[in-house]
Amino acid sequence: MTAPLDLMAAEPRLQHANAGAARNWQLLGTVSKYLLLIFFGAFFVLPWFWMISTSLKNAEELAVYPIIWIPDPIRWDNYLEAFRRAEFARFLGNTMLVAFPSVLGAVASNALVAYGFARIRWPGRDLFFGMLLATLILPGFVTFIPLYLIFKELNWINTYLPLVVPTFFGNPFFVFLLRQFFMSLPEELADAARVDGASELRIFSQIILPLSRPALAVVALFQFIASWNDYFGPLIYINDKALYTISLGIANMRASYGFSNFAWIMAATCMSVLPIILLFFFAQRTFIEGIALSGLKG
Amino acid sequence: MTTQIQRHTFSRSQRKALLNGLLFTSPWIIGFLAFRVYPFFASLYYSFTFYPILGRPKWIGLDNYINLFDDPRFLTSLYNTSYYALGAVPLATLVGIGLAMLLNSKVRGLSFFRTIYFLPSITPVVATAIVWLWMFDPINGVVNYLLDLVGIQGPGWMGSPQWSKPALILMSLWGVGGAVVIYLASLQDVPRELLEAAELDGARWGQKVWFVILPMISPVILFNVITGIIGAFQYFTEAFIMTGGTGSPADSTLMMSIYLYQSAFQYFKIGYASAQAWMLFLIVIAFTMVLFRVSGRLVYYGGK
Repeated sequence: MTAPLDLMAAEPRLQHANAGAARNWQLLGTVSKYLLLIFFGAFFVLPWFWMISTSLKNAEELAVYPIIWIPDPIRWDNYLEAFRRAEFARFLGNTMLVAFPSVLGAVASNALVAYGFARIRWPGRDLFFGMLLATLILPGFVTFIPLYLIFKELNWINTYLPLVVPTFFGNPFFVFLLRQFFMSLPEELADAARVDGASELRIFSQIILPLSRPALAVVALFQFIASWNDYFGPLIYINDKALYTISLGIANMRASYGFSNFAWIMAATCMSVLPIILLFFFAQRTFIEGIALSGLKG
Repeated sequence: MTTQIQRHTFSRSQRKALLNGLLFTSPWIIGFLAFRVYPFFASLYYSFTFYPILGRPKWIGLDNYINLFDDPRFLTSLYNTSYYALGAVPLATLVGIGLAMLLNSKVRGLSFFRTIYFLPSITPVVATAIVWLWMFDPINGVVNYLLDLVGIQGPGWMGSPQWSKPALILMSLWGVGGAVVIYLASLQDVPRELLEAAELDGARWGQKVWFVILPMISPVILFNVITGIIGAFQYFTEAFIMTGGTGSPADSTLMMSIYLYQSAFQYFKIGYASAQAWMLFLIVIAFTMVLFRVSGRLVYYGGK
């Protein structure tokens, strides 16, 4: 009610006496805004730069003070050394053997489960969904010892089964994400199909799934990254060096080789990050939307 | 409400819906029972037993829990984890909201900065740990070099019991980009009319932030703080890799998760490790409940 009045009172004053000061304040605000953005930008970029720079140094340059930003000569050999000395190629292959079936499992199982929660009204659904949400806050450290004992009993230690099989049984976070998406799709198409006598499985596979590619891509992407980045799972289930995944392999290099080997270890580290970076640039929108989607509804 | 009454008289279509619902969700139901419910109660049971990994569990009542509070390493791990969580989570919240607000204020190069901020949060933790370990090197690391440039003698970071936890907290800030993207999305959802109305009423920047923006995004803040606390109490990989699994120096980075891992896989004390796991669980639950309680007044749910 009083807003227009205030506006009229404020406006002329601003134009006369304070116009110059206001412009100065605005300029100061803009400058400090960009200074902050750049300061934090540098903070986020520095480790990348340091990682790449270190991966191209020779052993002497690692220990020089003041530090060397850009090595001379640039030693690409470190990247070959990572393959020679640490069976890097094998680690890469092993990680794929875990990541690809996990992506398949996550997409298939979570889509089915989310459909059951989003588009079918059944007695008990809300109770089950409440339990699913509750497991979101259940720390993995509470359950990992009995899980380890089960997998040991099944003779699954030193296989990828403990890492892959659970992805086929749904993940509360992905179910939640897909459920939100499925609920946002219009009901009319499915209802029409139901009247025509289509089964739920058919509605799911022929109507809902084709419309859900963006959301399924988010799940595939997140699962791939989770598998690729996982350290704790391989740490407890994989002891045989020939079966190491990339995370386990690199952590092991850093534990077993000393300071003077840091350059090629860093080269291996760079290569372990590269697929994730590439994936990000190819699927940037999917990423940003997926992250935003995951946090928006608490 | 009506399902209670109708339980005995499901119609044909209801029975079909129930069957379909259970079929579609069966992967999760099976996984829930096998990978969540059973291990949950099994670890509760083990926590009351003496259980060397090669033997059988033997009931010893509350002994494990009593021993925990006489175990200086457990108390140290509890202290270290709390220190880390209470340092890293508020810092990530402040910086996360701050950076999101910066990015939301019509800056040039938004997607460039967003990418730079976001990428570290999806980087493999092992890579993060190794790079930062090398950056924190007291002599040849880039962090102390930069401090030296501005005339500060840098500390020993991961080699110093006083500075190892601050080092981990500083490093955790590198992964704040995921939260920035979430906050940014929620800031973009704040209705323009509200901000314009506040501006018409002569609200200054600080007043707009405090009375309009923060209340509107408060559910997202609560969500992030809770998931942040849960994550921080399970903080493991970085500290584990940077210290070779020891929690050194002088147990100053011995987190609850690391000691729990050591109890199970180095000392093979399954019962004792399970009691530690349950202490971790109880702490996480307590924090979550307190946060929900306290936030009842602070969080505004009228945003939708």
